[in-house]
Amino acid sequence: MAKLLMKGNEAIAESAIRSGCRFFFGYPITPQNQIPEYMSKRMPQIGGTFLQAESEVSAINMVYGASGSGARVMTSSSGPGISLKQEGISYLAGAQLPCVIVNIMRGGPGLGSIQPSQGDYFQSTRGGGHGDYRVPVLAPSSVSEAVSLTQRAFDLADQYRTPVILLGDGMIGQMMEPVDLPDQPDQPAAPSAPSKPWAATGWDGSRPRSIINSLYIDPSALERHNTMLQDKFAEIAKNEVAYSSEHTDDADLIIIAYGTVARIARSAIRAARASGIKVGMIRPITLWPFPSEPIARAARTAKAFLTVEMSAGQMVDDARLAVGGLKPVYFYGRTGGMVPAVRDVLARIKEAV
Amino acid sequence: MSIVFSKPLSLTDNVLTYCPGCTHGIIHRLVAEAIDDLGVQSQTIGVAPVGCAVFAYNFFAVDMLQAAHGRAPAVATGVKRVHPDKIVFTYQGDGDLASIGMAEIMHAAARGEKITTIFVNNAIYGMTGGQMAPTTLVGQVTTTSPYGRSEELTGKPIRVSEIISQLDGTAYAARVSAHDPKHVMEAKKAIRKAFETQRGGAGFSMVEVLSTCPTNWGMTPIEALKWVATDMVPYYPLGVYKDLSKGAA
Ligand SMILES: Cc1ncc(C[n+]2csc(CCOP(=O)(O)OP(=O)(O)O)c2C)c(N)n1
Ligand code: SF4
Repeated sequence: MAKLLMKGNEAIAESAIRSGCRFFFGYPITPQNQIPEYMSKRMPQIGGTFLQAESEVSAINMVYGASGSGARVMTSSSGPGISLKQEGISYLAGAQLPCVIVNIMRGGPGLGSIQPSQGDYFQSTRGGGHGDYRVPVLAPSSVSEAVSLTQRAFDLADQYRTPVILLGDGMIGQMMEPVDLPDQPDQPAAPSAPSKPWAATGWDGSRPRSIINSLYIDPSALERHNTMLQDKFAEIAKNEVAYSSEHTDDADLIIIAYGTVARIARSAIRAARASGIKVGMIRPITLWPFPSEPIARAARTAKAFLTVEMSAGQMVDDARLAVGGLKPVYFYGRTGGMVPAVRDVLARIKEAV
Repeated sequence: MSIVFSKPLSLTDNVLTYCPGCTHGIIHRLVAEAIDDLGVQSQTIGVAPVGCAVFAYNFFAVDMLQAAHGRAPAVATGVKRVHPDKIVFTYQGDGDLASIGMAEIMHAAARGEKITTIFVNNAIYGMTGGQMAPTTLVGQVTTTSPYGRSEELTGKPIRVSEIISQLDGTAYAARVSAHDPKHVMEAKKAIRKAFETQRGGAGFSMVEVLSTCPTNWGMTPIEALKWVATDMVPYYPLGVYKDLSKGAA
């Protein structure tokens, strides 16, 4: 494995290719443009398909078609484009189609800004589209983690037959860092990709006819379908929680932060510890399923929690649910593409203890 | 004894759920016959719309995907890009294709996507109970144009075949009708031609079929068939609008 210096967006694209993704459908929007641009260059080199769709609506439905007929497939976008994809994501979840959707978040609401944000936490972790469903949400905090989580996203998608969201903020997309890329640049499909007998590939009578569908007109049939989906979500919630904890054992205050904000929090924690304040961090890597259990466990010993977000306060809801009123959960956030500064986080830490 | 009439192999045994006198059923049969005639049943993948034909996946005996409202051409694009050697078709109503899905159909055609679209124009939204469609005729009464479609308020109906045939990616576009046996035979030829065009790789192909909705037009099946001839055909001229397939004059 060779270490390469790569921009987050490009590293995600290359990692997808090395995970066996050979189909990409997207539409330009800042700050994720390097993903489709990279794909447009790389896909033809390896016999893959890059197609710039006429809209995000169309792109996500191309994903539906490609996934429904058996391919590893990805799309990427940001804020306004992800909103347009939500109908399609709901259909993908209902029809149980695996795919990876990258959201490099920008400031909102509306057209908002092109600067980094974490304002799409609710949208991502609550399903986002209509109906009862969840999708796994993976949140990298470095470029190298973006690479490994991209691979993980494809595997989870196939294992559970579900869309998976890779949720980065604008900083992850734009920053350059050294990465290790898995060495399978030209493999036609990732070795871990399972066979997909359910896919619509042409019916020769040797198996039941494949019907990719989310319509169950009979209420009892739809309820059975929903129960099956909920069982699957429960299985994901049980098995797939990922997080990291840093200095939590002796911590009086535990910061909960994800993505690039966790890096800012880490600097603040270092400064706080230098001045004798015992601060630790739990960094959710999966936002859904949320690491509620380790947070609940930490609530037995820590005196308080502080979530730091680039939003007006979204993940803090999940943190409070996890802590269950046992200890105070404070919040500090910036919005609009403004990034929390280390000194401001440090000031909040001092207020909280 | 020889068999003179049988169900096409590419139709399942499921009972069609269309209203009595609705020509969706005839059009299903024509599509299935075309697939049978070309011997491509095992290589065909279909995409069902949102509309009365939403259950098309129960009726065509091929692998099927059900698409979101209007998005069938995008879904079919995804399928075809993964399986360029397969025959991929969409089956869409006029609300699905000419209203909410206008962008998807136009761009699929513009890209020269090698798929076939069966476009069922019944001048109304059937499934949701008879609202105005972009193809509803001026003066036609629907549940959302109770005084008759007003040109001043909503403009004139869209003629899709004429527009689609202007796009360079379109290799074949025809408008046919299912209102009498003679026209059904012509429709059959056009649908077969569209699938052949796809197989030949010439580009996008579409057949617009004028179809009845006796239920929401408030007519008997016979009256509905007549209305197609007397009211729809004059506004929607039948014929082949474009044919770039190999061997076409
Ligand atoms: C996004 C969305 N909007 C609206 C609907 C409701 N809807 C279902 S079918 C339909 C119209 C179907 O009419 P058409 O395409 O003409 O087909 P027909 O039923 O006449 O065959 C509408 C508006 C929907 N399912 N999804
Ligand atoms: S509502 Fe109209 S289009 Fe739908 S099945 Fe009945 S007659 Fe046909």
